[in-house]
Amino acid sequence: MAWFHKSKEAAPKSEAPKKEDIWTQCPACKAHIYKEEWDRNLKVCDRCHFHERLTWEERANLLMDEGTFVEICPKVSWNDPLKFSDSKGPYAEKAIENCAKTGMKESVAVGSGKIKGIKTSMAIMDFRFMGGSLASGTGEKILLGALYAIKHKQPYIIISASGGARMHEGIVSLMQMPKTCAALAQLREANLPYISIMTDPTTGGVSASFAMVGDIHIAEPRSLIGFAGRRVIEETIKQKLPDDFQTAEYLVEHGFVDMIVHRKDMREMLFKILKYAGCR
Amino acid sequence: MSLDFEKEVADVEAKIAEFKTQNPEPTGVLVKELNRLETERSDMLKKIYASLTPWQTVQVARHPERPLIRDFIQGICSEFIELHGDRLFGDDHGMIGGFAMIDDHRVMIIGQQKGKDLEEKIKCNFGQACPEGYRKALRLMKLAEKFNLPVITFIDTPGAFPGRDAEERGQAEAIARNLLEMSALKTPIIALVTGEGGSGGAIGIGVGDIVLMLSNAVYSVISPEGCASILWRDGTKADEAANALKITSKSILQLKIIDEIIPEPVGGAHRDYAGTMKATKKVLLKHITTLKKITPRKLSSRRFEKFAAMGRFK
Ligand SMILES: [Zn+2]
Repeated sequence: MAWFHKSKEAAPKSEAPKKEDIWTQCPACKAHIYKEEWDRNLKVCDRCHFHERLTWEERANLLMDEGTFVEICPKVSWNDPLKFSDSKGPYAEKAIENCAKTGMKESVAVGSGKIKGIKTSMAIMDFRFMGGSLASGTGEKILLGALYAIKHKQPYIIISASGGARMHEGIVSLMQMPKTCAALAQLREANLPYISIMTDPTTGGVSASFAMVGDIHIAEPRSLIGFAGRRVIEETIKQKLPDDFQTAEYLVEHGFVDMIVHRKDMREMLFKILKYAGCR
Repeated sequence: MSLDFEKEVADVEAKIAEFKTQNPEPTGVLVKELNRLETERSDMLKKIYASLTPWQTVQVARHPERPLIRDFIQGICSEFIELHGDRLFGDDHGMIGGFAMIDDHRVMIIGQQKGKDLEEKIKCNFGQACPEGYRKALRLMKLAEKFNLPVITFIDTPGAFPGRDAEERGQAEAIARNLLEMSALKTPIIALVTGEGGSGGAIGIGVGDIVLMLSNAVYSVISPEGCASILWRDGTKADEAANALKITSKSILQLKIIDEIIPEPVGGAHRDYAGTMKATKKVLLKHITTLKKITPRKLSSRRFEKFAAMGRFK
């Protein structure tokens, strides 16, 4: 499939196929699965329906008409307003490593493309970049995506994959919560649709800001979605939490997510909803 | 209660107390001695409070005798009509609000109440609001918009409550909704961090045209203890984390996240309620007067620009 093709090319080639080139293991149920099958299933486990995290490119290829997604602000990058260092060293070093590892400058790719011909602005978070954490560059890009959608009268779709606000940018990270929501208020003012897609994980400051104020909330099966961490809650209330606590299914049950959509059906569902929203 | 870095002050204070019991009506040389002790005490406090470390500032911000929103209401408002409930689920005692009068200005006051004694603390859930608290806050803000009242929020919370019920009722959604609605609210908003500005629980009522901090308040994306246990893998490294996170009013003003610092009296707000109230009232009145002159539409677009600029570099 086209969406997978790119990452396959990027992988280093070796002469004799190794075991890990043929087999992969589902991170959830530990089932051994043919890599070819795993990729054909869009990195979804056939047995337990676990949806593995995707890169932003894989998402763009999966959802957008081939070759239509173009980044609108690829130059916006991470910042170090606090000159932050922790026990493992400077944040700047860690950020530079993450850039090299992912080819990204921040934890989100923002652009515009077409879903079955409908022009759409889209922000795609990528968990590989510092756990998809929300920091100044992330917030700025998500805001620029909203402003682009307003300018070009397009719907806006944000795909979240984030552990929350990035501690390394401190209070500046926290302010990206109101900043992104303020941008979405502008989008609402322009009467444009906003679809929030929550993938594994959508927690902390991301769940408590742009991810939770969509016109429509869609989640991938079994994604972790919630505000506080499970361990923190268990320590606070001195109780064990149910296994399905903070899963996508649990959020549907409690009224915070409209629907759970399997990855293979996502593009079609987005198209249908955009049609109901009057997009052409 | 004195903090561990105030040990020498506590010693002088004990001396002063003892001196006063022994000399209820001092005269002559004894008056001089009492004055000397009191000057010694205030010099010490001035010196200590002028160079608090970030972690020491956290201790002051969390001081059990620090004034809470109800103290501020009593100290600066001539009237307070409390309003209750979110109209959806219940009434959160950790987030209070209502109509209030500051001089001749009618305003809406909203904020977290941590509680003073144990009974009140439990009732208020130690200032950790649940979704119904944030939804009550939003309900009152919308009411303020309708009645053309400026909103003043008093922020003092360790964070939004991390509980099972809070998650089930949508803690994330409640905070997110407030961020969106506050950014577009068509009435003035002044947000003041009085004590602990704890992460999402703080910003959930913190989107203001003017954002202020008391000088010994702190404002942070995560508690220093939480940050230390994640990034240092050692919760006891909170002092290092507090340094790195830049959580003091001075640092946050430098980062252009707040507009102004309200100076606390010597030795912190908990040592002088009257002085704290006077300073706070003066600054609030100044901003209320200025903001009232701006049209509601202009206000909300300015507020958008203000937050849009945060974390925009180059
Ligand atoms: Zn599986």
